[in-house]
Amino acid sequence: MPSLKTMARRERRQSRFQGGHSLCRGCGVPIAVRAVLNSIETPVVVVNATGCLEVATTRYPATAWNVPWLHVAFENAAAAASGVETAYRALRRRGALPVDGPMTFVVFAGDGGTYDIGLQALSGALERGHRLLYVCYDNEAYMNTGIQRSSATPFGASTSTSPAGLESFGKLERRKDITAIVVAHHIPYVAQASISHWQDLSDKVARATSMDGPAFINVLTTCQLGWGHEPRLAIRIARLAVETCFWPLYEVVHGRYRLTEGPLRKLPIEAWLRPQARFSHLFAPENRRWLAEIQPQVDREWEDLLARCALDASASDAAREPPP
Amino acid sequence: MAHRTLELPPAEAVGTRSLTGSEAVAHAIRQIDPDVMAVYPITPQTPIIEMVARFVADGRATTQIINAESEHSAMSAAVGAALAGARSMTATSSQGLALMIEVVYIAASMRAPIVMAVANRALSGPINIHCDHSDSMLARDSGAVQIFAENAQEAYDFMVMAPRLAEHPDVLLPVMICQDGFTISHSAEPVSLLADDAVRSFVGEYRVPYPLLDVGRPTTHGPFAMPDYYFELKRRQGDAMDALAHVWCDVAGDFAGVSGRPYGLHEAYRLDDADRAIVVLGSTAGTVKDVVDELRCSGERVGLLKITGFRPFPERSIAAGLSGVRSVAVLDRALSPGGPAPLLAMMAAALYGMPVALRSYVYGLGGRDLGLDHIRRVFTELKVARGRSAVRYLGLRD
Repeated sequence: MPSLKTMARRERRQSRFQGGHSLCRGCGVPIAVRAVLNSIETPVVVVNATGCLEVATTRYPATAWNVPWLHVAFENAAAAASGVETAYRALRRRGALPVDGPMTFVVFAGDGGTYDIGLQALSGALERGHRLLYVCYDNEAYMNTGIQRSSATPFGASTSTSPAGLESFGKLERRKDITAIVVAHHIPYVAQASISHWQDLSDKVARATSMDGPAFINVLTTCQLGWGHEPRLAIRIARLAVETCFWPLYEVVHGRYRLTEGPLRKLPIEAWLRPQARFSHLFAPENRRWLAEIQPQVDREWEDLLARCALDASASDAAREPPP
Repeated sequence: MAHRTLELPPAEAVGTRSLTGSEAVAHAIRQIDPDVMAVYPITPQTPIIEMVARFVADGRATTQIINAESEHSAMSAAVGAALAGARSMTATSSQGLALMIEVVYIAASMRAPIVMAVANRALSGPINIHCDHSDSMLARDSGAVQIFAENAQEAYDFMVMAPRLAEHPDVLLPVMICQDGFTISHSAEPVSLLADDAVRSFVGEYRVPYPLLDVGRPTTHGPFAMPDYYFELKRRQGDAMDALAHVWCDVAGDFAGVSGRPYGLHEAYRLDDADRAIVVLGSTAGTVKDVVDELRCSGERVGLLKITGFRPFPERSIAAGLSGVRSVAVLDRALSPGGPAPLLAMMAAALYGMPVALRSYVYGLGGRDLGLDHIRRVFTELKVARGRSAVRYLGLRD
C-alpha cells in the first residue's frame, strides 16, 4: 500500500495533475484526484465526465493533466472508457501499442454523471467487465451548473432546485445507495471513501487497481460553495461525515462487505449538518421534526452496514475453518 | 453449440456471389478487420453486427466487439477506441442514430475517424422499421461524412473505401456509409468481393496523429473551449469536411485500380444531352435508371443525377453536371416540416442563378413504395415545369 512518502514522491516527480486550474479554493475534488493518481504505480489514462473537474482543468489551450486524458460528454464516461480499455487490449494483443506495458484506466465523474445521467453507461461498462477504476467524486449535487439537486443529494439539503422555503424543508427524498447498485453488478471491488481519510482512500485505490475487472470507489468530496462552509473547513467537514456515520468507510471485495475504518466514537448527525449552510434551515423551530428524522435514517443505515459486515466476516471465518 | 440459420460462404471465396447489403458490408468489415467494433442491435442494421459477431466467433476476424447497452454508449466507446489509437467502427439505424447523435457531433469535433455502417430507416413516430432518409438528415449538420449507396455492391465498395476516407490526415472525421434499410440491407443481389489481402493492403494501417494511449506523450482530448477558441475549432472541422472531396478522388482512384469500379461523389446517368433530370439519393437511383433507359428508347432526353456524397455535398460538380438541363426534379425521402425538403434545399443552393426549373417531390416515407409509374409521371411533369413550384408527394393517398 502506498505510503505518504511514496505519494509525495510521485506528486513531485510525475505531477500527474498540475496546479493552475480554476477549481475553487477549498474544493475537495483535486484532493481526491491527487490521492487517486498518486496511489497508482503504472502509467494512467484518465477519462473524465463533464463537470467541475473537466471544465476547470482543460480550458483550451491549457490543461492541468500530465497524463493522457479524454472527455467526450456527461453521461458516457464509462462507455468512452470501455472503448479506450478495449482498444488497449486489441492493440496490446497485436503488439501495436505506442508504449507497451500495463496501464490503469481511471474514470472521474461527479455524482450527477454517476448516480443520474451516467448510470446506464456505468452499469453497461460494469456488466461487460472492463478493467477500469471508476471514481465517483460525490459532492452531493450538480455543483458545476450551480448546485442543483441530484439523486446523491441528502434528505433535507437545500439546493437551487430543491430550495428550502416557507412550504419546503429542502430535498424531500433520501439519497440513492449507489454502492449497493454497483455491488449488484458482481464486480470484484467496490468501496466508499472520503477525502478526509487519504490513507484509507489510497489503500482502496491500490486494492481496486490490483483486481482483474471493474472497480468502483465513491469518494465523498466537499464543495464549499454548494455545502456552504468555509473553504478551510473542507477536510474537517468530510471527516465529520465519517465520524457521524453518515459516510462510513467500507469496501466490498468480491461481494463481501468490510468496514475499513470505524469511527472511534459515533457523533450525532447534527455535528455534520450544523456547519453547512445547506442544512441551516433544518435548525429553525418549524423544521425540527424533519431534522429529527435524519438521525434515525443514519442509525438504520449504519446498523444495516454493520450487520452486513458482520455476516460477511462470519461467512469468511466459516470458509476458513477446516472441514470436519 | 450455437443455433445457426445461415451457412456462411468460405472466407477465401472471391468474385461474384449473391449477398444482401448487410452481408456485403459485414464481409467488408471482416476483410478490414477493425480493432474495435462497438454495437447495439437495431432493425434493419442488426444482420451486419450478427454476421460480424459470427465471423469473430469462428476466428475469421479478430475484432474486439463491445456489445454496448445503447447506441449512445456504442458511439461513445467507438470515440474512446478511435482516439486511443484503434481502428473503430459501429453500425446503426434510425432511433439508434438518433440516440447516438450527440456523440456523432462530438466524434466529428474530436476528429475521431469512426466508420459507421448505416441502414437507413424512418425515425419515430409513429414507430416504423422501413426505409426513409430521416435518420441521415438528423445527422446532416453533425460533421460526419455521409456516403449513400445505390445497391449492395456500392455498400460493399464504399465500406472498403471508408477507413481511408475517414483516416486521411486532412479529414479525420466519422464516415457514415448509408444503405437503404431492407431495400438494400435485406435484398440479395450479385456482389463482387475483393480478395481479403487486397482489402487489407488497400486500407493499410490505422494511424491517428495523437493516440491517447501514447503514455510517453500525454495528450488532452476533448477540452473545454470558450468563445476565444470554439469558432476557430469549428471552422477547422469544416475545412476537414471540404478536404474530403480531394481525398475522395485519390481513394476512389486507387479503388478503381483494385476493383475496376470507378466512383465519383455523384453519378451522371445519361445526362449529356438531357433536358430533364431527376436528382435522388440511394436505391431509388436504380429505379430511376430503368425509367431513364425506357424513355430514352422512345427518344425522350431524360437523365439522372445520383448523389453519392451527401456530406460533403459536391455542389459545384453537381451544378456543372446539370448545366445543360432545362428542368430538374429533386426527390426527397425525408421531410423538413416548415421548410424545403433537405435535398431540395441543397439543390436550390447548388443551382442558384442557373436558368433551370426546379421541382420538389417527397416520396417513400416510412418505406412507402415508389413505382416506375411515379417516376414516369415526374418526367412528364418536368416537360411543363417553370421556375419553382410547391412540393408534390409521390405515392401518397389523398
